Amino acid sequence: MSKWEYAPAPESTEIVSIDDTYGLFVGGEFVEPRDGSYFKTINPATEEVLAAVAEAGEEDVDAAVAAARKAFGTWSALSGTERAKYTFRIARIVQERARELAVLESMNGGKPIKESRDVDVPLVAAHFFYYAGWADKLDYAFPGRSASPVGVCAQIIPWNFPLLMLAWKIAPAIACGNTVVLKPAETTPLTALTFAEICNQAGLPPGVVNIVTGAGATGALLVNHPDVDKVAFTGSTEVGKEIQRSVAGSGKRLTLELGGKAANVIFDDAPLDQAVEGIVNGIFFNQGHVCCAGSRLLLQESVADKVIDKLKRRLGTLRLGDPLDKNTDVGAINSRDQLDKIKRLVGVGVDEGAELYQAACDIPEKGFWFPPTVLTGVSQSHRVAREEIFGPVLSVMTFRTEDEAIEKANNTSYGLSAGVWTQKGSRILMMADRLRAGVVWANTFNRFDPTSPFGGYKESGFGREGGRHGLEPYVRLGAPR
Amino acid sequence: MATVIGRQSSLDLADRIGGSVDEVGADERAASLAKRSIKKDSKLWALDLALRCCDLTTLEGMDSPGKIRQLAAKARRPQPGDDSIPPVAALCVYPRLVKPAVEALAGSPVKVASVATAFPSGQADLDIRLQEIERAVGDGAHEIDIVISRGAFLAGDDEAVFEEVRRSVEVAGDAHVKTILETGELGSFDRVRRAALIAMAAGSHFIKTSTGKVSPAATLPASLVMAEAIRDFHDETGRKVGLKVAGGIRASKEALRYLVVVHETLGDEWLDPQWFRIGASSLVNDLLMQIDKQRTGLYSDPDRYTLD
Repeated sequence: MSKWEYAPAPESTEIVSIDDTYGLFVGGEFVEPRDGSYFKTINPATEEVLAAVAEAGEEDVDAAVAAARKAFGTWSALSGTERAKYTFRIARIVQERARELAVLESMNGGKPIKESRDVDVPLVAAHFFYYAGWADKLDYAFPGRSASPVGVCAQIIPWNFPLLMLAWKIAPAIACGNTVVLKPAETTPLTALTFAEICNQAGLPPGVVNIVTGAGATGALLVNHPDVDKVAFTGSTEVGKEIQRSVAGSGKRLTLELGGKAANVIFDDAPLDQAVEGIVNGIFFNQGHVCCAGSRLLLQESVADKVIDKLKRRLGTLRLGDPLDKNTDVGAINSRDQLDKIKRLVGVGVDEGAELYQAACDIPEKGFWFPPTVLTGVSQSHRVAREEIFGPVLSVMTFRTEDEAIEKANNTSYGLSAGVWTQKGSRILMMADRLRAGVVWANTFNRFDPTSPFGGYKESGFGREGGRHGLEPYVRLGAPR
Repeated sequence: MATVIGRQSSLDLADRIGGSVDEVGADERAASLAKRSIKKDSKLWALDLALRCCDLTTLEGMDSPGKIRQLAAKARRPQPGDDSIPPVAALCVYPRLVKPAVEALAGSPVKVASVATAFPSGQADLDIRLQEIERAVGDGAHEIDIVISRGAFLAGDDEAVFEEVRRSVEVAGDAHVKTILETGELGSFDRVRRAALIAMAAGSHFIKTSTGKVSPAATLPASLVMAEAIRDFHDETGRKVGLKVAGGIRASKEALRYLVVVHETLGDEWLDPQWFRIGASSLVNDLLMQIDKQRTGLYSDPDRYTLD
């Protein structure tokens, strides 16, 4: 018990108003699912049911795609300036409702309020602002090529950054003149449904954005719908592969943003205290529910003990608990399923010979929780070094030279991100050049910006989101002039 | 009496546990700690601690015995008629005012701290600077706040910096020495860390951010870097050194942020006037106002807080 215990500092939920049931958002209206199916969505920190949400069946998906197709004619014919205005308005309303969205995101998903408030929601607005700015400049985005919309886009997003993943998908799509049917993850539908309200508030023409809630089956219906021109998916590599198989030969465009097992590489000349912050941020931010999480720590052997000592000590100041408490650093695991998976893989790690260290945390009785965990003595030939755990679990191994670090870092089927910690500028450039990862962070981690393209190599997927590159999946390029 | 590591191994220490500091990372960590929301009982406890850690300070050309006597009354009893309000840790004055300060504080637990060594610039010969310390200690100062020679440090003469601090600690005898790094003049956090390690290796009881006469004075990131240096020094040598933050800290909210930095970097043991001080003048009244607000739910008229 510390001398100084911080008193609870809860963010109020009064600003949020959650309906008992939600329909599907199709053609600008909330409609009941044709076969009347609903499923429950909960708060993973308390297991309390928040609402009943529609489960979209075949007819519902048909209706949504049809609404998107119907809206496409007019929307794609609007000038870029006009589309920009709608997109800017959406961005502004997101900002105006920022606190409400942040609280709702934390309630439905489990992430700490300080993250949803300071990272997720600001980035959501930023993405809409950014792509609003491109809407009227598409003629300049691809020198010598004209850009026209693709058509109806099917977008499937995960539960780790629900509203942010929605923004990454919808903002570029509509800015480029496409219409969308988006399916949020089954455990985190609420901010997407609130976003639907925001579309209406912004006066967005009906059918430009459609939100169909549901689980895997709904996703499959959407992906396989014959009148969809493009599919964008963020989620597990396993499902990504299934989608790629189903889309093969259909003529549909595809982008995938999948899993990762990123190496966070610390050299002996790294600024050690800040590197420890980078390690903590890399794997414990959002409880490690991050595709680009720095889940493999590669420590230069000469500083390994020192860094591990500092890291263990730092774990002692991480606060796990109520996601709505402003002082919470580590929130709830998103679902029982995910918690079981994390526990299983950590068990595997220990069986494989890794040493387990966990911060001492008061685990609340209800809800899904896993304390920040460090597995040391890990080797590349351990499952916990290969398989994505998607939880607050760090696997630690050592290396001796730059070449060895690169070899180990690249020795994975994934290739989404990597981190490099060193004082030496030339080493940063060299590592960035040789690491096979779509994003390389130098002396930082988990930094996102709408101007910066994000995406992976190898089984982490293909296609980029953010920046000028993020326009590519959403345009058809004309012949070179 | 401070224990000092052998001269060669002390400078080695700065190299051995030195290392570098990433500015962006340090700024981010400090910003993240500044976001802690301290409420209710934990806030009241912290406000009380902050008050007990204040070095109530006057370092003006205008300082006179009369001023010192009156400020000393404030130091002993910050809120007349309210015995639940503790005295501050120390009264910090120029060397010539040590005698009146000692007289005025006789019988109270408040310490007398004196600046010395050609404060604030440090631009005087070593023998003159040491004489200042001797006089102040002779007049009864319990604590001496010295400055390092930034000129020597920035010219690369670590040995001179070390030696000056070592001699100062020696000459101060039983008085505790707080060594001011003047972080605002050092340029980078790498240098702040290095200066901190040298000052500690040379025997300082406390390291202090600033003279308060130069801007920027105390900042949260610089203090974080110093706290990390203190922690690493303690890990390496077993010796505890205190942290004093000074200059520009006027709001209680800001003072509490420094407490959070100490709490989450150094831990419980440092949350005590023996190991943590805030150089303050107007902060004291803001702390009193915030304590009243916590207790009563209301902000009082500012004239309820005395100006001495």
